[in-house]
Amino acid sequence: MGRIKIVGFACNWCCYAGADLAGTSHLKYAPEMRLIRVLCSGRIDPKFILNAFKNGADGVFIGACHPGDCHYQTGNLKTIKRVMLLKKYLKQLGIEEDRLCLEFISASEGEKFQKVANQFVEKIKSLGPLNWR
Amino acid sequence: MGDIRIGVYVCHCGSNIAGVVDVKRVVEEIKKMKNVVVVRDYFYMCSDPGQDLIKKDIKEYDLNKVVVAACSPRMHEPTFRNTLKAAGLNPYLLEMANIREQDSWVTEDKEEATKKAISLVKIAVLRASLLEELYEKEVSVTKRALVIGGGIAGIQAALDIADAGYEVYLVEKEPSIGGHMAQLEKTFPTLDCAACILTPKMVEVTQNKNIKLLTYCEVEEVSGFVGNFKVKIRQKARGVNPDLCTGCGSCAIICPIYAPNEFDKGLSYRKAIYRPFPQAVPNVFTISFKECVLCGLCEWNCENFAINLYEEDKIFEIDVGAIVIATGYEEFDPRLKPEFGYGKYKEVLTGLEFERILNASGPTFGEIKVNGKVPKSIVFIHCVGSRDEQVGNPYCSRVCCMYIAKQAHLVKERLPDCKITVFYIDVRAFGKAFEEFYTRVKNEGIIYRRGSPSEIYKKGDKLIVRSEDTLLGEIIEEEADLVVLGTGLVPRKETLELAKKLKLSLSADNFLLEAHPKLRPVDSNIEGIYLCGCCQGPKDIPDSVAQAKGAASSVIALFNKGKVTIEPIQAFVREDYCSGCHICEGLCPYSALEFDSEKRVMRVNEALCRGCGVCPSACPSGAIVMRHYADEQIEIQVGGLLWEE
Repeated sequence: MGRIKIVGFACNWCCYAGADLAGTSHLKYAPEMRLIRVLCSGRIDPKFILNAFKNGADGVFIGACHPGDCHYQTGNLKTIKRVMLLKKYLKQLGIEEDRLCLEFISASEGEKFQKVANQFVEKIKSLGPLNWR
Repeated sequence: MGDIRIGVYVCHCGSNIAGVVDVKRVVEEIKKMKNVVVVRDYFYMCSDPGQDLIKKDIKEYDLNKVVVAACSPRMHEPTFRNTLKAAGLNPYLLEMANIREQDSWVTEDKEEATKKAISLVKIAVLRASLLEELYEKEVSVTKRALVIGGGIAGIQAALDIADAGYEVYLVEKEPSIGGHMAQLEKTFPTLDCAACILTPKMVEVTQNKNIKLLTYCEVEEVSGFVGNFKVKIRQKARGVNPDLCTGCGSCAIICPIYAPNEFDKGLSYRKAIYRPFPQAVPNVFTISFKECVLCGLCEWNCENFAINLYEEDKIFEIDVGAIVIATGYEEFDPRLKPEFGYGKYKEVLTGLEFERILNASGPTFGEIKVNGKVPKSIVFIHCVGSRDEQVGNPYCSRVCCMYIAKQAHLVKERLPDCKITVFYIDVRAFGKAFEEFYTRVKNEGIIYRRGSPSEIYKKGDKLIVRSEDTLLGEIIEEEADLVVLGTGLVPRKETLELAKKLKLSLSADNFLLEAHPKLRPVDSNIEGIYLCGCCQGPKDIPDSVAQAKGAASSVIALFNKGKVTIEPIQAFVREDYCSGCHICEGLCPYSALEFDSEKRVMRVNEALCRGCGVCPSACPSGAIVMRHYADEQIEIQVGGLLWEE
């Protein structure tokens, strides 16, 4: 069994900064969690996620600001709606909805990032590789 | 487009990266990639020799893209952008791979860390190959500042900015400026009287022509960006025209309504028309419409016709270039620790309440009395609501150890026979001259017992404080006529609301978060908004003043420069693809998308677009392109993460 592959997205202002704080605090987490930086989670086009699954991702992680804390006022609220809809769609495609994860992590929540990253990697490992193409 | 020529620079960061990641292996792997012309590693890429290396290569190898694999882009992206600029390359042709904060510092296994580093550098190279030149715009700055909060921090910040020659609005929600410092008796460790050092500063505020003082006002709404904020202010109805009121007080004498005096923490009464304290600035009265019954006696008694009982709140807008937040703190509510009996026993007071008792202008005019009697024994308790996981405040409030030492000293000075016992966990006397003051207080016959009391109960007319003395290892019961709780500092509820309005980040303890805990302690997460005083975390007066001066100098630096550069990371519409469906219009939080009715396409207003990228993700025709975060630029990274290792 090959290693699992995870695509992570993080908004620059909250989750990416939270992940940086996890780093500054030297909190270890699973190396499978790798982040792509976007300015706002609202930039994450659902097609990025679907293409990721299509091209071999076993899990997609999105880290956003807490509702009400978005640097761009409401970008994360749009992400919430998109993810809710997308999860229904994934189920219809035969992809477990848990393979897509949206978490709210603020710039001060380094520990939360560590916890969430480890939990998500564990979850994907227990689901195993996605056989869907 | 000509050849893509990418230079990749992998930083050791001393042993921070190289101690975990096999840098040489990363270099070898990246050398195999397409478009990569040169790959180097160096001890400290951010050092001058490191940056020179990049500059030299840009010239020598004719590089047109640069990847730096080092720390977080949130740390050094500006540094390396400047490196590119210095070498004549557009700064937006830089991409960073975060192999320190998000790899070497967080990955246990060295092999895994190296693999992750290779993967992160690879996607950075892929993204770099698609980066395009972008040009920054300059926007002028409105050279006027807004300071929110009129405590000592806000006052100092306003005075410094005004002294530099810039206009300042100082907004205070209470009828007078002064904040908590105005309520204090003496200040530790020097014991100078708080009012004596504060009131001259308050007067200076009114006398400074550059300061526009807005008391009894609140910030309703903030929009805009650094250099160009628009702020809506609510002037609460005070029922008194401040221009006509002379502060004579004839209105308050005749007013028949009594209400608890907030300034004395409810230990005395004021009238419905009142001035919080005699040295209030501005020296005008205010009607508290919560209690006023509109009897009209004050209006009848006022010789200057200053009273308008039917005044309503007014909302007005101001333009400012920078904002300083100095909203201060709130005292911890000890009712959340019911074992101390606060609210149940009149003889249990908070630190600030006792401060009012000690104050010569307080409810007892400085006489230490409880229920009309002079106490024979007083117990002080440290860390009430601080360093306490149970109430959700794990942090230290930083002032309680010293204000208790000060209060104990003041009691001993006025009541030499009073027995004073202080219960503490540790005494933190960390500031300048703090330890010396603490030693002095201990030698005055004040008993310090190490232990955190578990209960206070009443026996006859005495309070019994039950605690363990952890040094002696025994349970003790201390009798007291008065117990003073060393209540800690907590964030204000109003500050949390303000943070929501301004999109300011909060730390885990709910105080406002600074941009960097060490290197940017007065900047907030939003450019052009600065923090000072206790809204950022508990601190004493000198620290608040120092931070206020820091915030003021940041504002002055911004105003002196007079211009801000706007990042060109914005959306634009490819008109040929746009069907004019308007879907994007409703999504934009800044109303930056406008419909061009002639061409029947949408257009991005560049003055308003902030570059969040919500619109391109929703455009059904793929007509909107997000500069620097275009679909291809993101998807190539997704693809890169999924490569077989």
